[in-house]
Amino acid sequence: MTNRFKTGYKIGVIILAIITAMALGAVILLAIGADVFKTYIVILTRPLMNKIGVTEVLLRMVPLSIIAIGITVAYRSGIINIGAEGQMAIGVLSTTAIALLFPNLPGYVLIPFAILAGAIGGAAWGFIPGFLKAKLQVSELLSTVMLNYIAAQLYTFLLRGPMLDPAEMTMGSGTPQSMRLSKNLDLTRFIKGTRIHTGLFIALALAVIIYFLLWKTSFGFKLRAAGASSKAARYGGINVPKYLIIAMMISGAFAGMAGSIEIAGVHRRAIEGVTSGYGFSGIVVALFGGLHPAGIVPAAFFFGLLIYGADMTQRIVGVPANMVQVLQGIIILVIVSTKMIINNPYLMQKVESRINSFRKKGSAQEETV
Amino acid sequence: MTFVINILSLGIPFSVALLIASLGEMFNQRAGIFNLGCEGMMAMGAFLGMLVPYLVGQGSYVPGYYNYLGLLLALAVGALLGLVFGVVVVTFRAPQGIAGIGMQMFGVGTAGTLFRHFIGGTQSVPGINVAPIPLLSDIPVLGVLFFNHNPLVYVAFLMVPSAWYLLFKTPWGLKVRAVGTHPRAADSIGIDVNKVRFQALMVGGALAGLAGAYLSLCQAKMFSDGIIAGRGFIAVALVYFGHWHPVKIMGGALLFTLAQALQLAIQGLGIDFPYEFLVMLPYVMVIIVLAFSRKSQITGPAALGKPFNREIRA
Repeated sequence: MTNRFKTGYKIGVIILAIITAMALGAVILLAIGADVFKTYIVILTRPLMNKIGVTEVLLRMVPLSIIAIGITVAYRSGIINIGAEGQMAIGVLSTTAIALLFPNLPGYVLIPFAILAGAIGGAAWGFIPGFLKAKLQVSELLSTVMLNYIAAQLYTFLLRGPMLDPAEMTMGSGTPQSMRLSKNLDLTRFIKGTRIHTGLFIALALAVIIYFLLWKTSFGFKLRAAGASSKAARYGGINVPKYLIIAMMISGAFAGMAGSIEIAGVHRRAIEGVTSGYGFSGIVVALFGGLHPAGIVPAAFFFGLLIYGADMTQRIVGVPANMVQVLQGIIILVIVSTKMIINNPYLMQKVESRINSFRKKGSAQEETV
Repeated sequence: MTFVINILSLGIPFSVALLIASLGEMFNQRAGIFNLGCEGMMAMGAFLGMLVPYLVGQGSYVPGYYNYLGLLLALAVGALLGLVFGVVVVTFRAPQGIAGIGMQMFGVGTAGTLFRHFIGGTQSVPGINVAPIPLLSDIPVLGVLFFNHNPLVYVAFLMVPSAWYLLFKTPWGLKVRAVGTHPRAADSIGIDVNKVRFQALMVGGALAGLAGAYLSLCQAKMFSDGIIAGRGFIAVALVYFGHWHPVKIMGGALLFTLAQALQLAIQGLGIDFPYEFLVMLPYVMVIIVLAFSRKSQITGPAALGKPFNREIRA
């Protein structure tokens, strides 16, 4: 098998995958009678037309990339963390608690302190499924989902009760949200007239840190070994359960930090629906980015574009924003299938022999002519 | 006493969606497929189930058979999604956990998108009403508990012995169990492993769709984005809890929903307790149950979650 054929085959499969994904999405769009072409164009280009659009995409990229990088750490160690949604909520709660308790601390103390609290909260929430998986063989897929629902209830309870904005209490409009958090917690918005904040640089820094941690330290090597082949890793003297738990805690900490940064940079108070599906989108981003920080950062930008673009389609072409969830689901299904097709040497051989016999036939026909 | 009867008679219909979905999931897992997309399939079933009676009715009278048309549509879409999932995890042998998440997002997202387009807001449908069984429903206590429900409740509980019979007493059931336990051995005696897995996925998907339609047509009598509320995931957990056996799964489904009914009853009594903690209860229970049923996982289908490739020796 020639190398040229191999690359050609891979590119061909990937192009086919993209077409399949877009066609599947088109089926749903046709079902609701939308203009398929226009919808895709709006989603993919409209947000990039002006300064506000681009910064709004970057704004969504921040939590997406932080969460996806955390999910990557877990995935590389052999755990699929679908609990980022809950871990993010716990992160938001921890940060809010710190900001409510110590509103007068100066920013350079309060911000790291509050983000650290978010990380610890998320890590604690990630510890539970990690521990259950490592020690009791409980499927992390189920435990993390359940913890999402539990965290969501805890979140509403605290926002309706202990953390409720005193103004809401007297006005009685009943919106469950915390008060405006201390101004000292605000992350600077560095472009006038937009909402983009310094959390963007934190996200990029975290991506670099994780790259070094996973690929340039022996800790990272052991963690990836535990995920690549737990039997071999155990044979090599790696304490696999320990790495599972640590990976899950890092993953949770990242989701928690994403929550902290989201409220410190964007909302500036804990509101309902702050997680808004970022936890699940993070899984898609991580997969799409090839489970590597260098891929995840652009992937997060792309999905930030999709999410913001889908918001616009609602106004421009009347396609509900839920469409982005449909596309994400399709993308996951297509990516996992594509990976298996690309890594299947038998299929590749089959395709090659088909093509070869087809060529022979063609040349044989030419000779007879 | 009446309080207890209230809880029980409330809890039994609540358990139906879980029961149907987890019986379907049981067939999937017995055939070796871990279908985490159950939640998405339920969402699609829930939406399509109520769409037909809603479009026909639009406020006016809806003849009862349109509800059943909705149920059929839900069964069909569930089977179709089972087929799609099969292409991904059986044909392409993709990792099932992550593919299930994709299916879940696709199902929930599609149901939400279509809902916004075709219905838009909170709209209720007349749905399927309670049909007391004559004579039997007049028995004191037992009548209220067991014979005063909507037709689907009876069907669901009849499904338990049927599923048992299908799984343990028919050739097809044996094939399902064979491909989930030792696909290579099944393959060597001429069973088409992938075909049986596809069939199991379609049965499981159809039941998931039906479970969703039960929620929208019989229980809530409307559709909303969060209507499934993790029941698809709980159904998956219940299969573990019920040791892949229909009767035990039924027990699990009843236990879980009694907790939920208790929560509603407590709220009804006006006891001042943050209801968020009561809503949490079933999810906490799932985690606790999974943590303490470690042994059962050893007795589960041996090939659960493992794709079968007849071209590779393993």
